[in-house]
Amino acid sequence: MDVRSQISMVFHLDKCIGCHTCSIACKNIWTDRKGAEYMWWNNVETKPGTGYPGKWEDQDIYKGGWEKDGDSIKLKGAGKPKSLTNIFHNPHMPVIDDYYEPFTYKYLDLIESAAGDVQPTARPISMITGEPMDIKMGPNWDDDLSGSPDYARNDPNLKKLSPAEQEAMFEMERMAFFYLPRICNHCLNPACVAACPSGAIYKRGEDGVVLINQDVCRGWRMCVTACPYKKTYYNWSTGKSEKCILCYPRIETGQAPACMHSCVGRIRYLGVMLYDADQIEAVASADEVDVVRRQMEMILDPFDPDVIAAAKANGVADSTIDSAQKSPTYKFVKEWNLALPLHPEFRTLPMLFYVPPLLPVMASVTDVDHTEQSRKINPVGKHWPDSWLYDTTTEELFGTIDDSRFPLEYMASLFSAGDTTAVADRIKKLMAVRLHRRQETVGDVKENTVAEALADTHLTPEVADAIYYLTSLATFDDRFVIPAAHREQAIEMIEFTGDTKGATGFGFMAGSAQRGA
Amino acid sequence: MNALNVFLFVAFPYVAVVVFVVGVTYRYRKKGFTVTSLSSQFLEGKQLFWGTIPFHFGILVVFFGHLVAFMFPRATLAWNSVPIRLIILEVTAFIFGVLLLIGLVGLLIRRLSHGRIRAVTTKTDIAIELLLLAQVVLGCWIAVGYRWGSSWFAADLTPYLWSLGTFTPETAAVYALPWPIKLHIVGAFAILLLVPFTRLVHFIVAPFHYVVRPYQQVIWNWNRRSIRDPGTPWTEVRPKSS
Repeated sequence: MDVRSQISMVFHLDKCIGCHTCSIACKNIWTDRKGAEYMWWNNVETKPGTGYPGKWEDQDIYKGGWEKDGDSIKLKGAGKPKSLTNIFHNPHMPVIDDYYEPFTYKYLDLIESAAGDVQPTARPISMITGEPMDIKMGPNWDDDLSGSPDYARNDPNLKKLSPAEQEAMFEMERMAFFYLPRICNHCLNPACVAACPSGAIYKRGEDGVVLINQDVCRGWRMCVTACPYKKTYYNWSTGKSEKCILCYPRIETGQAPACMHSCVGRIRYLGVMLYDADQIEAVASADEVDVVRRQMEMILDPFDPDVIAAAKANGVADSTIDSAQKSPTYKFVKEWNLALPLHPEFRTLPMLFYVPPLLPVMASVTDVDHTEQSRKINPVGKHWPDSWLYDTTTEELFGTIDDSRFPLEYMASLFSAGDTTAVADRIKKLMAVRLHRRQETVGDVKENTVAEALADTHLTPEVADAIYYLTSLATFDDRFVIPAAHREQAIEMIEFTGDTKGATGFGFMAGSAQRGA
Repeated sequence: MNALNVFLFVAFPYVAVVVFVVGVTYRYRKKGFTVTSLSSQFLEGKQLFWGTIPFHFGILVVFFGHLVAFMFPRATLAWNSVPIRLIILEVTAFIFGVLLLIGLVGLLIRRLSHGRIRAVTTKTDIAIELLLLAQVVLGCWIAVGYRWGSSWFAADLTPYLWSLGTFTPETAAVYALPWPIKLHIVGAFAILLLVPFTRLVHFIVAPFHYVVRPYQQVIWNWNRRSIRDPGTPWTEVRPKSS
């Protein structure tokens, strides 16, 4: 057992309101630079939709991620033979038009135009060439465009649905969508690291953050192809690849990453998980249906004395083990089994997990009987006229799941490599928690109904309350349990700190200026 | 005239090699961020294919062809002693030379005709590309006009280059060469001289080590096993990060 610690994330999709505040926070800090304007290390997509870059999930086009090769796995579009033979021209590399051409407006024209009969306008100009351009795409061009023929209907996840199911999804009355915020998954089996011919990309041992060494990157661009999530980006100005750094300078100083800190819906959780690194290859090579389950098994119980001993032997700090025990992500992912990784079939073992959205599923019921519902709601309750408002009082507890506006196959295609039971289990739990809380706060649900729902999903009222607490009431410190970075020890291991006494910084920068120099 | 010859074929090569070695070492060690292929495929990928592929495969074959004649002159001459083998060698080299020329012209046209590519083009890019172009045109011209270069290179130029390497320059043979060949030699050293200052530096970092390294890389800031070991007090012996 090779215990390592990994900073992992959970995004609770039920809570995402699609405001893009996370994207803006990230952009302002990290990618507001020449060559990086088009990059959105954090972006929010509308599902169903094609996303950014367009149809990124379709690996027939982009050739990202790993694929099974006998008992092992190989990179689909990169790897040792392909990265070297395609080094002069990478046939599977997305170009800027797959993302969008970054633009700004000639705002100064509004102020500096000569007086005339017509209002001056601010024309859009390309941020690459500086020439006037017609804007054809943006980073969130398909925002809220569920049902549109250009976007929603080209969602690669629809491939697994029958034509009838697809049509049903896009009936005006049943139309639904949800938001999918995405950052780098900081995978356990990162394809970008494996594809980098220069060896510039690495996983940080202490916390598992995947980083690109900008001094070693030579712009061979294989990481852009290899990352199935398209979360490494090529900076066309510097000729280097860049990616989400999980705000490691913030994490090292105990602050939440900017996207998480700024999240309006408070959908984001960050915490440490301990895992067994010896299993990585076997789990990544497992059969497609087993990958999710085995990835969950690979995550270790931080309270298990054997795990703690192995972690300590491996140099995992006590403070990190303590963080792992308090980790909100461990609770969501492993303890409560509520979260799933995005597209596990890419076999990179992503460590960003999503609590699947309940609302589009629940709000799917179109045949709710008004009178029956009105009779059950107590007199002070508001009587909603919408026939498709989700009905927590259905007699058949989980009947609505199968008849949801979003077919379970669609969710399964996103979060569990097609395994609908994995998604259904989590959605049932979310519903059970809601029923339980409805009973606690409003009291219009029959007690035995709640008990049945909880029993069905193996939850106790206490656990349901804990889920409710972490979902709805959690404070900042509950949502972000950031392990101490212990950089002070890192420095002591690398150099004799007495050498740098009186110098500027800790020796990573140039020496201090001399008088007269 | 003799002073110019000495400058071009004795002094200049030494200057070029020294600048190349010092410049590349300095840039690699101190300015690692600037060492990149500066690929523009991200901005334009289709037309690039028809330039970069013939260019790179052309230049690889041509470069290694020159290198073989330089490293193994006897073997080269022995191979060329049978006419048919000489012709095969020369024709192959010429084909790759032309391929290189076509690729280079394609790349230049692309660089000048696309707005997006112009936006990432510097003056040194154009300068080095024109210099390469002149060098390739000269090379193709020499291959046609001063026939069986692979033989006379091995017989005349290899001793000259080796003599530079041993600091006993023997230049008589070079001085007697026709001017296009002289220009080609000077051009070669000029390109070598300019490598540290241009995008050509990326050939130094061709990632052959990728073949032998494991796919996944984990880097620890500190030695995770020993730092927590109470038996190893902190010492001045600095453990290498694992």
